[in-house]
Amino acid sequence: MDLRFHGNRPSAEERAAIDALLGAPATGWQGGERDAARDGRHAEGGLAAAERRDLLLPCLHALQDRVGWVSRGGLEYVCRRLSVPPAEAWGVATFYHLLATEPRPPVVAHVCDDLACRLAGAERLCARLEREVGPAGAPAGEGNATWLRSPCLGACDRAPAALLFAAGEAPRSAVVAPVADEAALVDALARPAHFPPHELFTEHGSADLRRSVPQLGEPGLLLLARVGTVDPTSLEAYRASGGYRALARAVELGPERLIEEKIASKLVGRGGAAFPTGRKWQAVARARVTPRYLVCNADESEPGTFKDRILLEHDPFGIVEAMTIAGYACGCERGFVYLRGEYPLALERLGEAIAQARAAGLLGDDVLGAGFRFDIEIRRGAGAYICGEETALFNSIEGYRGEPRSKPPFPVEVGLFGKPTVVNNVETLANVPFIVANGGASYAAKGTAGSTGHKLFCVSGRVARPGLYEVPFGTTLGELLLLAGGVAGGRDLAAVLLGGAAGSFVGPEALTLPLTFEDTRAAGTTLGSGVVLVYDDLADLPDALSRIASFFRHESCGQCVPCRVGAVRQEEMLARLAAGRPEGSLAAELETYRELAQAMRDASICGLGQTASAAIESALARFPLFGAPAAGGERP
Amino acid sequence: MTETPIWFTPPPRSPRLPEAPPREVRERIALEIDGERVEVEQGATLLDACRAAGREIPTLCYLETLTPVNVCRICVVEVEGARVLAPACSRKAEAGMKVATESPRVATSRKLVLELLASSVDLSTAPGLAELMARYGARPERFGANAASVAQPVKVDNDLYVRDYGKCVLCYKCVEACGVDAQNTFAIAVAGRGFDAGISTEHDVPLPDSACVYCGNCIAVCPTGALMPKPEHDLRAVGRWDEARQTRTDTICAYCGVGCTVTLHVQDGAIVKATSPFENQVTRGNLCVKGRFGFEFVQLGRRR
Repeated sequence: MDLRFHGNRPSAEERAAIDALLGAPATGWQGGERDAARDGRHAEGGLAAAERRDLLLPCLHALQDRVGWVSRGGLEYVCRRLSVPPAEAWGVATFYHLLATEPRPPVVAHVCDDLACRLAGAERLCARLEREVGPAGAPAGEGNATWLRSPCLGACDRAPAALLFAAGEAPRSAVVAPVADEAALVDALARPAHFPPHELFTEHGSADLRRSVPQLGEPGLLLLARVGTVDPTSLEAYRASGGYRALARAVELGPERLIEEKIASKLVGRGGAAFPTGRKWQAVARARVTPRYLVCNADESEPGTFKDRILLEHDPFGIVEAMTIAGYACGCERGFVYLRGEYPLALERLGEAIAQARAAGLLGDDVLGAGFRFDIEIRRGAGAYICGEETALFNSIEGYRGEPRSKPPFPVEVGLFGKPTVVNNVETLANVPFIVANGGASYAAKGTAGSTGHKLFCVSGRVARPGLYEVPFGTTLGELLLLAGGVAGGRDLAAVLLGGAAGSFVGPEALTLPLTFEDTRAAGTTLGSGVVLVYDDLADLPDALSRIASFFRHESCGQCVPCRVGAVRQEEMLARLAAGRPEGSLAAELETYRELAQAMRDASICGLGQTASAAIESALARFPLFGAPAAGGERP
Repeated sequence: MTETPIWFTPPPRSPRLPEAPPREVRERIALEIDGERVEVEQGATLLDACRAAGREIPTLCYLETLTPVNVCRICVVEVEGARVLAPACSRKAEAGMKVATESPRVATSRKLVLELLASSVDLSTAPGLAELMARYGARPERFGANAASVAQPVKVDNDLYVRDYGKCVLCYKCVEACGVDAQNTFAIAVAGRGFDAGISTEHDVPLPDSACVYCGNCIAVCPTGALMPKPEHDLRAVGRWDEARQTRTDTICAYCGVGCTVTLHVQDGAIVKATSPFENQVTRGNLCVKGRFGFEFVQLGRRR
């Protein structure tokens, strides 16, 4: 490819960070020392370069981790190394909000101000940071640190949360949740005693796991059985707890029987779309095209959702084993885990688990000595909710902007790198070992006829014991809230957001609603990703709606008109309604909104745009808001 | 020396006349468009089928010479049984499909797409959009006078063409034309995200610093006039651009041996623009910097 560069040079640190990932450059064309005798006699690029395009995002991460931003010199060096046109690389770098394309201090605190954290004082924390550290994004602490507002960090069980990054030779990152000591955070950012502020980088997640998983250690748990009871850093401990028996059983059964069991289990996807997993596996296993890929979707970003994070942090081997079984069943030799960039502990634990499994022959060229090949690679997201959409996820892995593709064709036919691909959510995979070990029928006996098995619910907001709960399908919303100790402080329940920002609000009348796919569908709501965000009678619902609107404006990829512009109009409209200044009349404004919401739902390319109005519409339908009575009616 | 050098013995001439490769015969499938039965070839899009049925489907980001990106969503149609509307430009027709091209859902979505665009983008030089707005009853003003827009200063950083991204609907056509669909130069791409996304060079550097080769194939595919040759931009600025007074003459570009068809747009006895017809087999609407911009010498008055 004939690329034009500007002569921006990488710093020694940037070059070293990229070379650590890609190896030293072989020629002057790749940004190495120019050797006229050698470099004048061949050209580079073509297919060899195209095959390395998927390393673009890892390279951008390497720059961000090393120096805290993606500089011109750094980006140009990456483009030379991978033969990527600079304009395209720029388009990719500017897509992700964890990547900075302007100079940014090396230490950054991403402070969550999303739904659950708002209920736990996130705005107060942000106001204090603004007062004592400086405006969001401005350099503080002698230019070494800054803070930024962030969408949901997936730590709603311990709100309010902040995610810290420190770039450097040994980059560090950690989630501080809850931010119990605001003064310590302020001091570390504004008045660093030393650099980086080490005391902040202690993961607060494992110390009080019982707080996040109140059912910890209880019998009868299917998904959370190992969480908090089996050492997540030890393969030995995992095996001692019965781990890898399912894989051995899977090899006994063979791929076809495995898929039969999977279909018999009636397991459906837990990422939100509820597609039958067995049918997905079958379609890929029967595809004639090879290679086929397996993708574990761990880009959990739906506001209010933290279930996949807890599974990956506290039972990483379970996911590795489940992926190995899936790879074996579907004939995939390579699996990818696309992991949220905001989950440092999950990254560490999963990476360690994969390494241990590989060393023990449980991943690699001859898994278990059973003659099949399977290995797993982790790809880190970089701050983009849309990349949880499966086709946007493919584009992100392949080194392109995380924009969704048009479906059909569906991933089981044309997926990652254009090949048949199984995409399964983390929680979906977590069900696999049980199904294999005990048979599909015994799994199908759990839950209800239409929704089999157990489900994880992320309960947060104004409840006494927020956290992750595992219950069989069919448990009512009221029973689940009782498990979580009921509404905090004995207040009255006002509303529950089911399914996250893309889900919908229900009122107290839904306490008797059985939490199943069929019952929620019939009630005009959704389980989505398992979010149960509780609002009491003191909660500011319009504020929550505004935050949801700004979330979608921030996270729309910008590809299609209904979502790109519609999300902005939705946010503007809510601001007008909240201020009591509707355009025209209240009735006219609500009618415009109804049409806007319909067009976004009908004409957007992907699920993001199609559901961006769902929660707000449901709130307008069920509650009297903005001086208008509840509109009534149900979402189609 | 008895050996004959090989270049003295040309290969024997084949008695067989060269033939075009056989055209793949595709199965024909039947579907219903607005209740009317239509037959199309397997692999045809819903847009093809709708056109075969005589339906006029509006398009904005679609062009026959480019890979469909289906981002503008104005061509959506309703397929019976589908949860959401389908983009006609890229959805493949399937046997037995029942398609409605002007159902209430379709009309609402098209109206909203037009309103969303018109409230955020300057569409004053976009051909055909005013008619479409009238057809679907679009009232962009209902989003308020303070609706966020992409208004920004015009980029004039070279002598050949200007970029007015306040008129950009982000249809991706220019990026496709600059990339694998035509030029393979990759000077521009979509950067940023969401409403802040826009067409950009790396770091938004001026065009002369970018990989741009000034083929102008991006201008040719731009549906809104966001990309415009500098002479046209300048004439419009002084109010002298008048398409009604222009003639169009097809000729063959005189520069090289390829033989591209060039359409010369002439106003008041002067060439004001050069384009190439999209349906032309040689160019498919594309030209190079010389064909598209190299006509000024014709009207300099004196030749050295």
